[in-house]
Amino acid sequence: MKKNALKEIVTGFASLLTGMRITLAQFFKPPVTVNYPRQSLKMPARYRGHITFVRDQETGKSLCIACKSCQKACPSDCIVVEGVKREGEKRKSVTDFKLDFTKCSLCGSCVEVCPVDALEFSKHYNLASTNKEKFVVIDLVKDLEKRGK
Amino acid sequence: MLHKEQITNHSTDGHNETFVLNLGPQHPATHGVLRVKMTMDGEYITRAEPVCGYIHRMHEKMGENRTWAQFLPNTSRIDYLSAMHYTHAFVGAVERAARIEVPPRAEFVRVITSELNRISSHLVWFGAYLLDLGGFTPLLYAFDDRERILDLLEGLTGARLTYCYYRFGGLCNDVDEDFINGTRDFVHYMRPRLKMYRALVTDNIIFRKRLENIGIIDAEMCRKYGATGPVIRGAGTPYDVRRLEPYSVYDAFDFDIPHYPEGDCMARYLVRMEEIEQSLRILEQAVAKLPDGPHIGKVPRMIKPPAGDYTYAVEAARGRMMVRIVSDGKEIPYRVKLRTPSFANLSLFEEASRGMLLTDALALMGSLDLVIPDIDR
Amino acid sequence: MSIPEPFRLASFVVGIMAFVGLNAAYLVWVERKGAGRFQRRPGPTEVGYAGLLQPIADAVKLMTKQVIVPPGADATLFRLAPVLIMTPAMMCFTVLPFGETLTATDINLGLLMIFALGSINVMAIMLGGWSSRNKYAIISSARVVSQNVAYEIPMLLTVVTMLMVTGSANLNQIVQQQAGAFWNWNLFNLAANPLMPVTFVIFFICMLAETNRAPFDMAEAESELVAGAFTEYAGMGFGVFFMAEYANIVVGCSLATVLFFGGWQSPIGVLPGVWWFLLKLYLLIFTVVWIRWTFPRTQFYGLLNLSWKILIPVSLATVVSTAAVMKVF
Repeated sequence: MKKNALKEIVTGFASLLTGMRITLAQFFKPPVTVNYPRQSLKMPARYRGHITFVRDQETGKSLCIACKSCQKACPSDCIVVEGVKREGEKRKSVTDFKLDFTKCSLCGSCVEVCPVDALEFSKHYNLASTNKEKFVVIDLVKDLEKRGK
Repeated sequence: MLHKEQITNHSTDGHNETFVLNLGPQHPATHGVLRVKMTMDGEYITRAEPVCGYIHRMHEKMGENRTWAQFLPNTSRIDYLSAMHYTHAFVGAVERAARIEVPPRAEFVRVITSELNRISSHLVWFGAYLLDLGGFTPLLYAFDDRERILDLLEGLTGARLTYCYYRFGGLCNDVDEDFINGTRDFVHYMRPRLKMYRALVTDNIIFRKRLENIGIIDAEMCRKYGATGPVIRGAGTPYDVRRLEPYSVYDAFDFDIPHYPEGDCMARYLVRMEEIEQSLRILEQAVAKLPDGPHIGKVPRMIKPPAGDYTYAVEAARGRMMVRIVSDGKEIPYRVKLRTPSFANLSLFEEASRGMLLTDALALMGSLDLVIPDIDR
Repeated sequence: MSIPEPFRLASFVVGIMAFVGLNAAYLVWVERKGAGRFQRRPGPTEVGYAGLLQPIADAVKLMTKQVIVPPGADATLFRLAPVLIMTPAMMCFTVLPFGETLTATDINLGLLMIFALGSINVMAIMLGGWSSRNKYAIISSARVVSQNVAYEIPMLLTVVTMLMVTGSANLNQIVQQQAGAFWNWNLFNLAANPLMPVTFVIFFICMLAETNRAPFDMAEAESELVAGAFTEYAGMGFGVFFMAEYANIVVGCSLATVLFFGGWQSPIGVLPGVWWFLLKLYLLIFTVVWIRWTFPRTQFYGLLNLSWKILIPVSLATVVSTAAVMKVF
């Protein structure tokens, strides 16, 4: 009984010293954190930021045909699409595409279900604003025009 | 250690007044929003009544007014720490109902991502549990390891926590070489880290004194309340859905089910640490055996499973997670029932914590690995 | 040096208060940076270069907070508790030998005085908790009192051992006895006490428990549900308790340096001075920070069991072994 107690004290104390040695070893290693926002990380290719239009290489406009498949597929009802069929064009083209980013769950249903692959995920991850209105309506048509400039 | 008999003796003499202490919805420890109304006699708990519902988000109701595919993002958010398992359960239930074939490559990738998710969930539990006990540093080491998993899964799916990666019939996109090599590297990286945790935490005398012989839950109590996962495996019963009701391709892998007979907090802790080791074994085998092929099977555009009642159970990080879907042939489910493990695990807290000291009761609650959104859905 | 006595004392008073204040403030910085480095992260970096102005920012924040005396609390005792906890810590510095001639008052009972003043610390926490009239503060302060009382006994037993070895309670004399290279330090004086390293370890553990540092910090890190004995203190009242904790750590580590590590003696035998004292002091403080960030907290009864069942028998064994060696050899 006494021998067991003494052995327990000794092994217990030794375990404390082992623990201290481990943390001291970690003390001398470099930090693993990134000092955000002064430094940023590069996002992987498949990162899910909010959706944006894919630019058609030839026409420079969006590929969207306003078929509203994304609007139907969205679980959170965040997409509103409007389009018109212009003269001389085979399909509709989009006039209005509003995304309510405050409800979007980044599930990717809209990206997958689009028959012409007009949508893709952007790589914006450090969006911040003092105004909620900036995210309640994200206008993809305007965003595409802004990116063109 | 003082026993439960002493506490009942105290209350019969009528001189001790008990007071109600509220372990409020806001916890210093990372359990979530759970309220526990404790009736205390000095330092001892006479009755601990958990009050849940503070984060009830009505996922099951949402299952009734969305199409089958529109419910997929919800599955990731029920228990966000082991999101892949929950998506797997729902997707598996619908595939079982609609008899959709899943190609083998997709099954293997599902196993790989599920096991990575299990490891990351156990790392969060490990860090948070030690934070509860007062050791702040292992939390950050665990989160450092978890970052590697999250980076792997972010490169694969695009999200860090709520993946929404599985689709009916397979996966939403295929894996690339980076992911396979990264998983292999991660397995090599993680094994020495587990040794480090053993030396820093598991063998530490202070930690052992906090956990050994505390919060004994025997197999009978687990059976009574339906507690599964590491809780029942820490009570000696090797109950694991991956062995008893094999799903996906788990019967192609060679892994052990860790179980310890003592039933105290230390046993549950050791079960989870061993599970990380076993998950690493499964990952190695899965990455080695990954077959080629398509990543998704033939699936109709709008899924309409035939009418009927279907279930699918998986071994989530916290225990047995079962999804029961009732379909009436339409594109919107009639009923989606989620049987979550934390709810059953929490229900035995009231009986198990009678007569315990407060610090020990908190050690017990931490060892049950409760995630409150999982309880409230 | 023939400075007239009043000027010498006045300069020591100012110096001690400056030393304690600066230490209390910048030990917070050391702790936070140390915690960061142990956890592989930078720690405070924003305020000033490498976060060096962080303690000043914290002090400004604490001073601008309203000091509320809770209604129904005993106002005199509530305000007295921070004073009572800070004053003894500062007074202990008067007998510590920082250098050969840098002792404020060289009295023959320096060691005894430090322990006498250290006991007042317990009473101050008790008063703070009791006068808050808060259920949780009273429970917590009761726990702190039993913890401190339990750990004073092994600490005093180790000091008795050291008294037997050194034969004097005058701290300056104790340091002068350890002149020479580092093998003359009391820590390695196995001829007088074969269990000397054990004595040091017990002293260190008791010092951690007396100052309520992790892993014995039931008083302050009651993150379970109770916020501790200092719940009702806001603003600078809490700031004073905080400073007093660090001041107590400095006193404890200085005492360990003087008793075991040779005080201001140099390890190589030449050039003794105050710099060696400060170096050894800060290495011991680093060890205190290191221990805090490595281990989880003990349970309350684990703490008391450790003291009554393990530390007291072992420290009694060191007393007996020292006495036996002194009698025989």
